[in-house]
Amino acid sequence: MRVRRLAAWTALPLVVTLGLAACGSGGDGGSSGGGQDAAVSIQISEPQHLVPTNTTETSGSQVLAGLFSPLVDYDAQNKPYEVAAKSVTPSDNNKVWTIALKDGFTFHNGEKVTSDDYINAWNYGAYAPNGQGASYFFEKIAGYQDLQGEKPKAKTMSGLKKLDDLSFQVTLAEPYIDFKSMLGYTAFYPLPEAAFSAPGVLNDAYEQAPIGQGPFKMKGTWQHDSKLDVERYDAYPGEKPKVKDVEFRVYQQLTAAYSDLQSDNLDVLPTIPTENLSTAPSDLGDNYQTSPMSSFQFLAFPTFEKDYSKPDVRKAISMAIDRDEITKSIFKGSQQSARSFVSPVLPGYRDNTTGAAGQFNPAEAKKLYQAAGGPSKITISYNGDGGHKDWVDATCNQLKANLGVDCVGSAEPKFADLLTKVEKKQPVGLFRMGWVMDYPSMEDYLGPLYSTNGSSNYYGYSNPEFDRLVKEGAAAPTEEEAIKKYQQAEDILAKDMPVIPLRFGENVYGHSSKVQNVQMDLFQRVNLVKIEAAS
Amino acid sequence: MFRFILRRLLQMVLAFFGTTLIVYALMFAGQGDPIQALAGERPVTAAQRAYLTEKYHLDQTGVGGFFYRYLDYVKNLLQGDLGQSLTGRQIGDILQQAWPVTVRLALIALAVAIVFGVTAGVIAGIRRAGIFDNATLVLTLLVLGIPTIVLAPLAQYFLGVKWQLFPPTAGTQPSFYALLLPGIVLGSLSLATALRLTRTSVAENLRADYVRTARSKGLVKRRIVSVHVLRNSLIPVVTFLGVELGNLMSGAIITEGVFNIPGVGFNLFRGIRTEDGPLVVGIVSVLVVVYLISNLVVDVLYAVLDPRIRYE
Repeated sequence: MRVRRLAAWTALPLVVTLGLAACGSGGDGGSSGGGQDAAVSIQISEPQHLVPTNTTETSGSQVLAGLFSPLVDYDAQNKPYEVAAKSVTPSDNNKVWTIALKDGFTFHNGEKVTSDDYINAWNYGAYAPNGQGASYFFEKIAGYQDLQGEKPKAKTMSGLKKLDDLSFQVTLAEPYIDFKSMLGYTAFYPLPEAAFSAPGVLNDAYEQAPIGQGPFKMKGTWQHDSKLDVERYDAYPGEKPKVKDVEFRVYQQLTAAYSDLQSDNLDVLPTIPTENLSTAPSDLGDNYQTSPMSSFQFLAFPTFEKDYSKPDVRKAISMAIDRDEITKSIFKGSQQSARSFVSPVLPGYRDNTTGAAGQFNPAEAKKLYQAAGGPSKITISYNGDGGHKDWVDATCNQLKANLGVDCVGSAEPKFADLLTKVEKKQPVGLFRMGWVMDYPSMEDYLGPLYSTNGSSNYYGYSNPEFDRLVKEGAAAPTEEEAIKKYQQAEDILAKDMPVIPLRFGENVYGHSSKVQNVQMDLFQRVNLVKIEAAS
Repeated sequence: MFRFILRRLLQMVLAFFGTTLIVYALMFAGQGDPIQALAGERPVTAAQRAYLTEKYHLDQTGVGGFFYRYLDYVKNLLQGDLGQSLTGRQIGDILQQAWPVTVRLALIALAVAIVFGVTAGVIAGIRRAGIFDNATLVLTLLVLGIPTIVLAPLAQYFLGVKWQLFPPTAGTQPSFYALLLPGIVLGSLSLATALRLTRTSVAENLRADYVRTARSKGLVKRRIVSVHVLRNSLIPVVTFLGVELGNLMSGAIITEGVFNIPGVGFNLFRGIRTEDGPLVVGIVSVLVVVYLISNLVVDVLYAVLDPRIRYE
């Protein structure tokens, strides 16, 4: 008997402790109010970082787009125009850029924005020991190399020079025509003095409640894995937002967010999940929308392998793929067939630069393939976590039917695993790649993807003539001449066919019936200044 | 009794370190390129790679590297520091936020399983081979046959989106009401098993000698069932539910994903996907503790239910 009572007393506290945890506060999402005081909610996934120079994924960039105002933004033709900058003036050879700031911008803590705030932020971002993910954006600035390595020689870039409180000068290592376009990227936001605990040392707490100079300010702190609240910053001198509060709500799965969107619990879903693409137009009606964006999907050849070293083999495979069929049956028209090497949103884009190699022509493809002695077995590697199986299998079936070869899709668990294998030059066959631009310039595709030392050139493509043209384009004195050089470079790609362009993406998004005028930019971000409550 | 509990607690310490070692080793062995996994499809700069490699000792590989990193982990663990995830967040903070939500969800699921499972099981056991018994048999088979990955989105679509009886997702700081639907979905599997177990056990005990004795003594049926039969029938059910509590917490990955609950399952999934070793080990360690404690509670409850069981 004693034992039993004792046991009950031991079990009781445990049960009570567990039970207490079950009590908690309740909260409710959704939007409230109307007109100028409206609140809207936008889906994001958990951002990795919220320091501008360390933010490279879409969710973090979306939040920062509300908290900060960029130096330049892009107009309908994707040419840069000034926002926080008054003027961005290049020297004759595009090597020295003078940036004048607009007066009247203040940080959310009241600090006035000065040129120091830009210089300090950029130096912090470029300094290698800080490990910032977007540091490579500063590599065009003179003195960047001195900040690299384990023990850098300098802490500040020699190319940044303060002229006065509202203007500063940027000297580039080499002339670069598209520097102004580049300034629109997240990495080029300023940081307030309050962000630093000592010169060059970021305050640990800053990231939990970033202070910017944009149309919205943080309300409270970053609630990890659940949400971020921001509210209108009334002292913002630019275009005023039409809503008061924005809740960035963290979702683990897009399908969960889609359920919330359907029942008006969520206002904007920037990406409709693939599973719901076929039903979304009827589920959402007029609230289902599409807009251009910059993503580019392609198949890369391991050009260092003998099987794929001949351009004719690569062209034949490209001609054996019926892109239109795949975009229609698998992507339900949410992506467009690609027949060029850069995205259609760019100034300088031309249709069909791949020429005949981009046109579906099974008879010609088979002839060319056999004449060039292509391999009898083709493997297409992809990452299994990204929903690529369907189109890879469809592509394989087309290759089997049209080229008479054996073809298998091979899944790697993650993209990182695929890259590891490619870098070790293990035989993976063809592999899928994707690209989203950082700023609208042809150079942002041609440089990283196809140059000999390009950061994403995993396929070993190298053509000195191409490298030279891209370099000349970047150093060209005018935009027109630059584009001309870039286009000549693209023509070389059409001849060499180092990759097969497959599809260009679109923003496919939806919003609830409580909001209107929802616009998305090329970077998959909702325009927070334009969105308003439905009347 | 005290000695029994003390011995079990000491064993727990051993089991705890054993599991962290095994889980750490598994994560270590399966690690490819966590820095690239974190960056997704973007190229990683040399500076960032160098920074993360140094910060997390990722250059320590092989057997020596494993023990170096594991001992480093344990040393910090003993000081109450679970380390940082690859995105620089304190794992302690992550767990502190994630656990309460998951515990609440699991307790709701467990409550659903106990209230409906045991009650229906007793009724089915008493009216063996009746309409109720057969109906529950079909229903439980159906529930056991449908995996959560199908059941959860279906429940969400019909009860949340179509008929709007429940909020479709639980979201940030979920209320009890918002957790109810995910709790029912999560608990439905345990409910079905608990029901079958109770039913069989009750049906068997009803034919036992002591029940006949009680009946011939003239005791009312309600008292026989609620005091004598139920208590003896609950032993297998309690064993099952005790272990199930741990299962409910670790098995919530799908449910938490579908209903967007920022709990443990979600973080575990993310940790595995981004090869975030310390995060996975941290979560699994706490899970192990939950299993160990719920097993201890089950053992102690045996003594309450069955006086013949003594612990020395």
